[in-house]
Amino acid sequence: MKKIIIRAVMALFAVLYLFIHFAPRAHAHEGIDHSGETAQHDILVLGDIEIANAFARATLPNAPVGGGFMTITNTGAEDDRLIGAAADVAGDAQIHEMALDGDIMKMRALEDGIALPAGETVTLAPGGLHIMFMGIEQPFVEGECVEVRLTFEKAGEVGFCMPVAAVAANGADHSSHGSH
Amino acid sequence: MANNPGLKSLRLGLWIAIGVLAVGTGLAALLLPRVSAEPVEAYGAGDYTLVDHDGLSVTQATFASGKPSLVFFGFTHCPEVCPTTLYEMATWLEALGPEGNDLNAFFVTVDPERDTPEMLKAYVTAPTDRVTGVTGEKAEIDKIVSAWHVHAERVALENGDYTMDHTASVFLVGPQGEFQGTIAYREASDTALGKIRNLLAKS
Repeated sequence: MKKIIIRAVMALFAVLYLFIHFAPRAHAHEGIDHSGETAQHDILVLGDIEIANAFARATLPNAPVGGGFMTITNTGAEDDRLIGAAADVAGDAQIHEMALDGDIMKMRALEDGIALPAGETVTLAPGGLHIMFMGIEQPFVEGECVEVRLTFEKAGEVGFCMPVAAVAANGADHSSHGSH
Repeated sequence: MANNPGLKSLRLGLWIAIGVLAVGTGLAALLLPRVSAEPVEAYGAGDYTLVDHDGLSVTQATFASGKPSLVFFGFTHCPEVCPTTLYEMATWLEALGPEGNDLNAFFVTVDPERDTPEMLKAYVTAPTDRVTGVTGEKAEIDKIVSAWHVHAERVALENGDYTMDHTASVFLVGPQGEFQGTIAYREASDTALGKIRNLLAKS
């Protein structure tokens, strides 16, 4: 009995995984023309949600945490919300916000996730909103990618491999430092 | 990171240190009346005993060794500020080249319960061999944090884990431990380098 349930669950996950993995790619081309300036190769579309410029920063040895960044555009007419994140390589992934308060860096988990108002773009960038990968088993290596799954309240779940940029990268384009 | 250049720069560093000490002693003798008239209290004055990432003792005297220092308070479970700052410290030191040979650089953990000397060593020495990791007993770290007027506060996360709110600036410290300013998080590298060159010029 137990075995059957486990198998059923595994099968369900496998189907979900395949769906998530291939469905967004199939849509990818439709979404690109919408904003001319970011006609980039890696815009991911999930329903009304577009994810662009996703990257994680490479981690230093023994650092058990890493940050993931991206821009998320809600092209739909309804508000949505990023409510969850997960990664194979991390024990846990949380949605966090950091902010400088004077010269003190404060970081908080956003338990309600990140609001994605209709028609707006929200940026997860160093120094602010980010996905925090915790309990990572091995360092994130520049040039590789990490499998990430994001869950949206309405658009559902999407999985993709997030490219790893330099330790102090500000974007997915390998420009690592002094770029400001 | 081969052995030879490391040894070479260590030797060079030691010679420079000896030179600086010699000149410094002369200058100190000249300036002594003024200094004693207006004593400069070392910024991080306090009675703390810590260890560096090689297990060597670190005390207030370490930051007043006759060499100027860059001092940063961070931790390895830090997703962004600490690796970025460490990386930037490495790029500053690289940009300074021999000009910066006289500069010490320290990464003091505010999370000693998780950051052992071994962990810190691999972490801080990845981007550069010029930064020394510092940790110790929690009570001793508490003392240095308070002596340096650093903010370090444990914040619980939902999975039972925790993170630290902490001062994100790099301290610029003169050869006798005197406070000479800070470099803000993600300060433009030209500005940061200018501040460090100033510190070196004053030292």
